[in-house]
Amino acid sequence: MLKVENLKVNFGGIEAVKGISFDVNEGEIVTLIGSNGAGKTTTLRTIAGVVKPTFGKITFDGKDITGAEPSSIVKMGVTLCPEGRRIFPDMTVLENIKIGAYLRDDNLADDIAKCHRLFPILKERSNQIAGTLSGGEQQMLAVARSLMSKPKIMMLDEPSLGLAPLVVKNIFEIIKTINDEGTTILLIEQNANMALRIADKAYVLETGNISMEGSGKELLANPKIKEAYLGKKS
Amino acid sequence: MNKLNFKEKTNINLLMYLAIIVVSVTILIFLDMNKFQYNYVISIIEKSLVYAVVALSMNIVTGFTGLFSLGQAGFMALGAYTTAILTIPIASRPNVYYMNGILPALENAIVPIPVALILGGVVAGVFAALIGIPILRLKSDYLAIATLGFSEIIRAVIASPMMDKITNGSYGLKSIPGFKSSLECFAYSLICIVIMILIINSSTGRDFKAVREDEIAARAVGINLFKTKELSFVVSSFFTGIGGGLLAMFMRSIDSKTFQITLTYDILLIVVLGGIGSITGSIVGAFFVTAGKELLRFFDEPLIIGGVQIPLFKPGFRMVIFSILLMIVVLFFRKGLLGGKELSFNKLMKVRRKKNLDEPGGNA
Repeated sequence: MLKVENLKVNFGGIEAVKGISFDVNEGEIVTLIGSNGAGKTTTLRTIAGVVKPTFGKITFDGKDITGAEPSSIVKMGVTLCPEGRRIFPDMTVLENIKIGAYLRDDNLADDIAKCHRLFPILKERSNQIAGTLSGGEQQMLAVARSLMSKPKIMMLDEPSLGLAPLVVKNIFEIIKTINDEGTTILLIEQNANMALRIADKAYVLETGNISMEGSGKELLANPKIKEAYLGKKS
Repeated sequence: MNKLNFKEKTNINLLMYLAIIVVSVTILIFLDMNKFQYNYVISIIEKSLVYAVVALSMNIVTGFTGLFSLGQAGFMALGAYTTAILTIPIASRPNVYYMNGILPALENAIVPIPVALILGGVVAGVFAALIGIPILRLKSDYLAIATLGFSEIIRAVIASPMMDKITNGSYGLKSIPGFKSSLECFAYSLICIVIMILIINSSTGRDFKAVREDEIAARAVGINLFKTKELSFVVSSFFTGIGGGLLAMFMRSIDSKTFQITLTYDILLIVVLGGIGSITGSIVGAFFVTAGKELLRFFDEPLIIGGVQIPLFKPGFRMVIFSILLMIVVLFFRKGLLGGKELSFNKLMKVRRKKNLDEPGGNA
């Protein structure tokens, strides 16, 4: 469904991504794990079209989307739920949800209802200013906003960032539900433990290169991964 | 329940606004009937109304879209000159253009005032669209410098001898038909303000705010940054142009010096003082600043206490006082008097209702 081939991206004068290739099949949850500065965020932003690559090719559903405008990429069904949530703090919760459907002109009622079903708290807070939500609620709002564009593939950038463990668990459950309902997920995480548990396929990114790949379970069991990312001595 | 509540709220607000309009109209009719007595008050009100239009239009671009533009005076000049050229009575044109004559094509070009105002807005909007293409790629300070430069270029072009037959160069234009009554001014301003409020509260306005709050997130949901910025810039300039036309009608004679950078600063002052990103803030700010400047005229008069003339009290001193007041506001109300919020009757009602109803956690 989504195929990245030999992608290279410069970011702030350095080569942040040094030629990586991976692919995401329909219906899967794929995760890229890796430490700070490994190039995860840059990779997602490049796929979303916010950053332009220096080399390589990105195809979605067989179409070349390398360096395309973000708006046309969203229109094709690729949505980025950016790092640090990046909700619009001075708008109400409902406005934030609605703006996710920016490129659609059909009826939104069903999808708003879907968001409210997945995140009941957002229904309660509809008219609250989004900046006053808690971190977990803001993350839920960011996910709901991304859902409103009816994505075929949703890219989530560090959804667990800065959240309490219980909230993280909740968010991951919802990600799993969204996936079960038919949306492909590309997830990047520092919280490797959680990400690997729900992932069908995982790639380990180290300073701009993919150093390892395999199914989520395989990597969870891999002693090297255990030591480097899960904090367990084998 | 929630929906019903919301509807009820909107109605209260709408009713209150209508009430304010009715009261304003009544006051204006009263003032108009006693024109000679209240001439000064009427002129302050008219000036405030015009400034409210321009301040709100600047707020669209600066407050709601987050683009720091300082080109207001330039767009006002475009609107003002367009309106003036198309409305000066044909009979008085030879008098106005007594030095260099008028371009033959413009000699008999006259349109009704509302049409002239709209055309003024259109001219400003077209210029905004053209210069927006290169300069809206700039960010923050650089955008401010570029728009400032544009504004000065417009002023220089208007004053240049090459434009003598159109703008009357540095002699300026006079005999511009003014407002027949303060109600006319009120009507034009009200229409502009209402349309701008509708735009700000529409889905387009929501896009503006999204761009202001987070460009990356805005792009991630598929908003075309450039298109949105350009739209905001053009809409803002259109209304600034109309505001310029209204200013020309208010002043009845204009020249290029009217549209110096100080005019932009006056408007910026209103926007900042009222609250960046607040509609009601801009309107209240316009009245506050315009009336404030007039009330402070007291400081310009020589003051003699016990036969000694206090040396500070001379023309221009009021601006010193005004600047000090401004600094106080900026220091203590960093976000302006209303700070991004709206003056809303809902909130006033809410406070009252909370006192009446002792229902813990009653409204979600």
